[in-house]
Amino acid sequence: MSTSAAERKKLHGTGKVYWRRLRADISRDRWLYLLLLPGFIYFIVFKYLPMFGIVIAFENYVPFSGVLGSQWVGLKWFQYFFKFPAWINYLTNTLILSLMSLVFYFPAPILLALLLNEMRSLRYKKVLQTMLYVPHFISIVIVVSITFVMFGTSGIVYKLTQQVLGHTIPYMGSPDTFRWMIIGQTIWKETGWGTIIFLAALTNVDTQLYEAAMVDGAGRLRRLWHITLPAIRSTIVLMLILRMGSVLDTGYDHLILMANPLNRSASQTLDVFVYQQGIQQGQFSYASAIGLMKAVVSVTLVVTSNKIAHMLGEQGLY
Amino acid sequence: MAERTLTPKNKKMLESSGPVGQNATLGSRIFDIANYLIVTLIALTTIFPFIYIIGASFATEYEIATRPMFIIPQDVTTAAYQFIFSSNKILRGFGNSLLITVCGTAINLFFTVTMAYALSKSRLRGRNFFLNMVIVSMFFSGGMIPGYIVVANILNLKNTYWSVLLPGAISAYNMMIVKNFFQGIPQELEESASMDGCTDIGVLLRIVLPLSLPVLATFGLFYAVGHWNAYFGAMIYMKTAKEKWPLQVLLRELIILSNGTAGDMNNLDPEFVQPPEQSVKMAVIVVSTVPIMCVYPFLQKYFVKGVMVGALKG
Repeated sequence: MSTSAAERKKLHGTGKVYWRRLRADISRDRWLYLLLLPGFIYFIVFKYLPMFGIVIAFENYVPFSGVLGSQWVGLKWFQYFFKFPAWINYLTNTLILSLMSLVFYFPAPILLALLLNEMRSLRYKKVLQTMLYVPHFISIVIVVSITFVMFGTSGIVYKLTQQVLGHTIPYMGSPDTFRWMIIGQTIWKETGWGTIIFLAALTNVDTQLYEAAMVDGAGRLRRLWHITLPAIRSTIVLMLILRMGSVLDTGYDHLILMANPLNRSASQTLDVFVYQQGIQQGQFSYASAIGLMKAVVSVTLVVTSNKIAHMLGEQGLY
Repeated sequence: MAERTLTPKNKKMLESSGPVGQNATLGSRIFDIANYLIVTLIALTTIFPFIYIIGASFATEYEIATRPMFIIPQDVTTAAYQFIFSSNKILRGFGNSLLITVCGTAINLFFTVTMAYALSKSRLRGRNFFLNMVIVSMFFSGGMIPGYIVVANILNLKNTYWSVLLPGAISAYNMMIVKNFFQGIPQELEESASMDGCTDIGVLLRIVLPLSLPVLATFGLFYAVGHWNAYFGAMIYMKTAKEKWPLQVLLRELIILSNGTAGDMNNLDPEFVQPPEQSVKMAVIVVSTVPIMCVYPFLQKYFVKGVMVGALKG
């Protein structure tokens, strides 16, 4: 696709010839440009305008004056955030949730993919996979709604807990349970679907390796450990790098559904903060500044972890 | 075992059973049984909530409150569904979701196909510039707030259906896949048509689109599921236009905010000041999940393929 400057010169000519050909080409392809127009406008308006809009993080943005007319305040909002004593709570909540997700959710699809890969009956495996993929397509609102119906004060899990333990657990309204509920929902919704990428990597494993290992007398677990797992190592590393980039992203669409005044002390993460300050309170500049800060940290983390992956001899992300 | 050669049948079994051969030892058998049990249990846990909720949506309020755990109710009643289908609010929500899904998908396909077709032509001047513009947008974004400002303050789309239809009109990733597909269509077909006097738009409509129907159906389905499941856009842009709320936003109000633990109680509709009954909540969940379940067989088939393509490329 990419042509060198010399080739391009040969193709398009130079000087006057270049301009004449350019005009002729554009006029020949006028219908193609017309087809391109809606998409082009879309990307300018909904992708590039917001990117340019990040400047409001350094402004005191007032909708009435517009992005260009608002007062420039430099780093005021960043300083403002760090002067606010609770900022550390938002950061800790974000990091704890991310870390829990890394420890409990991240390995889940890998383990399940390994188990699925060991199944002999292809048909039975397909049936199970059909069941496992369902929640991925269900909206997060429905997932949280199901959770409320089952774990809320009139739900069956709530009542069963009461019968079994003799006391109740406020699943939906307590900072102690909040994170576990979030992780649990994520595991339930995405584990099955997450196996696909690892199962795809596993189809590339050379079956001769297994035969050779069997000849050498390696049992199931040994083959799993020495052949299957190394085969998906680079996929795991790749997913881990991507995961590192989102260490400050707890997501907001899931969390704001689960957050309520009772679990406040655990549910206030940076993403929730951006939503509350920006969309709910209308503090656009302040919220954008926090969003921008998060994005900068994310890019740094991806670049760093990619470097580390290279040092460990992995291909990495790029 | 060492001298065993691979007959075709043998080989097939080996491939179909993953990393496992025959001649299972005792340890291997135990491993198998444990594996089957564990995965089956995980799969059952995954679908249990759906089964429970479908069952309970047909049960009486009394049974839900007294029986701890059941799948098939003793007294089957459709009261919850009758309530839903007599409630204007929920019917309107369903209608709005349907409207947003149909119009949104049509808009998605129009924007995706036109742009993908133009970019599939390597003779197009400035093509690399446009392609790079798309690729850069896949890695960087303005974030939640600047996007909100564009839709709400600059374009002034608040409380209109456009606010949920336009912001996601193209998925850059899908567009690139469609573009690659168009590039794979034999050039001769298109050239003969343009020699017969077709413009590029004519070629797209008469030659390319009929050849790409399966691809369009696949991406149409992807987009449609996205629209049906979306709630965030409608929640923030159409906050005060309740008559335009899709089912997902309604569900949030009926089940999540009405739970009493949420702070937004003042947003509750007078019709539902009393939290709806459990069976009604379950029936609403069922009703909003049914459309997804109807297309699920197709979803599974195409989505798995889509992820695989992505995985192989990456």
